[in-house]
Amino acid sequence: MVATRTVFLQLVKRDVRVALRQRSELLNPLIFLLIVVSLFPLGVGPGPDILARIAPGVIWVSALLSAMLGLDRLFRDDFRDGALEQMMLLPVSMEISVLAKIAVHWLLTALPVLLIAPLLALLLNLPTHAWGVLWLTLLFGTPVLSAAGAIGVALTVSLNKGGALLSLLLLPLLIPLLIFATAAVEAAVSGLSAAGPLALIGAFMVLSLTLAPFAVKAGLRVSVN
Amino acid sequence: MRNLSALRRVDPVGKIEGNVPENMTTQPTASPQSADHKTLLAATDLASVRGERTLFADLNMHVRAGEVWQIEGPNGAGKSSLLRILTGLLAPQAGQIQFRGEPIQNCREAFHAELLFIGHKAGVKAELTAIENLEFYAAVQGQPISAPPYELLEKVGLVGLEDIPAQRLSAGQQRRIALARLWLTDAPLWILDEPFTALDVSGIALLEARFAEHVAAGGAIILTSHQAVNSAHFPLQRVQLRYQY
Repeated sequence: MVATRTVFLQLVKRDVRVALRQRSELLNPLIFLLIVVSLFPLGVGPGPDILARIAPGVIWVSALLSAMLGLDRLFRDDFRDGALEQMMLLPVSMEISVLAKIAVHWLLTALPVLLIAPLLALLLNLPTHAWGVLWLTLLFGTPVLSAAGAIGVALTVSLNKGGALLSLLLLPLLIPLLIFATAAVEAAVSGLSAAGPLALIGAFMVLSLTLAPFAVKAGLRVSVN
Repeated sequence: MRNLSALRRVDPVGKIEGNVPENMTTQPTASPQSADHKTLLAATDLASVRGERTLFADLNMHVRAGEVWQIEGPNGAGKSSLLRILTGLLAPQAGQIQFRGEPIQNCREAFHAELLFIGHKAGVKAELTAIENLEFYAAVQGQPISAPPYELLEKVGLVGLEDIPAQRLSAGQQRRIALARLWLTDAPLWILDEPFTALDVSGIALLEARFAEHVAAGGAIILTSHQAVNSAHFPLQRVQLRYQY
């Protein structure tokens, strides 16, 4: 019997390899995020006060939208070429394979966002003392995007035009995340403690990472039917 | 399960004609009681409905070590659905599948550890090279390869192409990557959907030789094929599916 760890690591290794050979698909959501965020100073005027006021919301809404862009990569190609079926036939619990897919997705889409987060904060004139909290909300919030996104993709992967449906399905579910993430950053901007909303986002993360694999498994079973 | 009686009523002609071995004595009907130790996969009273159409009903199969089963039938008769049901990817409308006497939903991981399924979509990643694809499948099949398997690549005719992403290879060559997994596994049960598709004559001969080897070693194969399978080296059972309206 193959060790669960081997399967997990092999899946991660293969998916990272595949993704690194489709670099444009990886970069597009990131460039989209940068462009959307940099459009706001042009649209609402370069007044530093207004920008600082809207920065948390703008960064988080843009991050949500850009996450939607690349989300269907999670299972779409695997569904088309049969790798998804093979994944479902691996001799380990499917939750493990699903977790590997979520981990790779986070690694390839969220990690770059975390890296350019200071740049986004700078573009929108977010006070520097709130940068740490912004970064923490992204660190805890992006796994929720990947995990909840995986549920949506699992349900829509067999539909030909699942893209728009996916956003309609997921964005309402992510509203609590948006509310608490922006609340945390705004609290930090005004010099208050952001611990409360941050703890809630952390709870969202733990909840979605533990429960999403089961939902994804059920969704995929329906989709390969 | 609730559809079973309905199916039987509306589908009196939906019986499987085949299930009679070509060159062996009559097959006993599979039942949990009659499952002997050589039985790998036993399907009992399987039925499948896709949309409004009954593909098959009351299908019984009793696959034992050393046997090759060929599912035959016209396009749309439900051959691929049957194979996917046997792997556990699809749930049948009625009936039960047992692997070594245990219902497959109760022993999913153990069953999949002993199963090799190559479907119509072969699971070859187009961005990866032949070696990278094979490395992955070898490792998750529990037979990791450390050095590039040049002998195998030569055997399946992929030498010189091992560093090219699969998307730049021909359909037959991509098929060969998937089928090379047959040399990297010790799974006793193979379920293959149209394994000969896109293969040339030498590829087909190679595959048939591998089938004979596998069966001689005590394995079993369930496959669909529009082609006559050369059964000189192994007993061939046939299941005939008819197109139902």
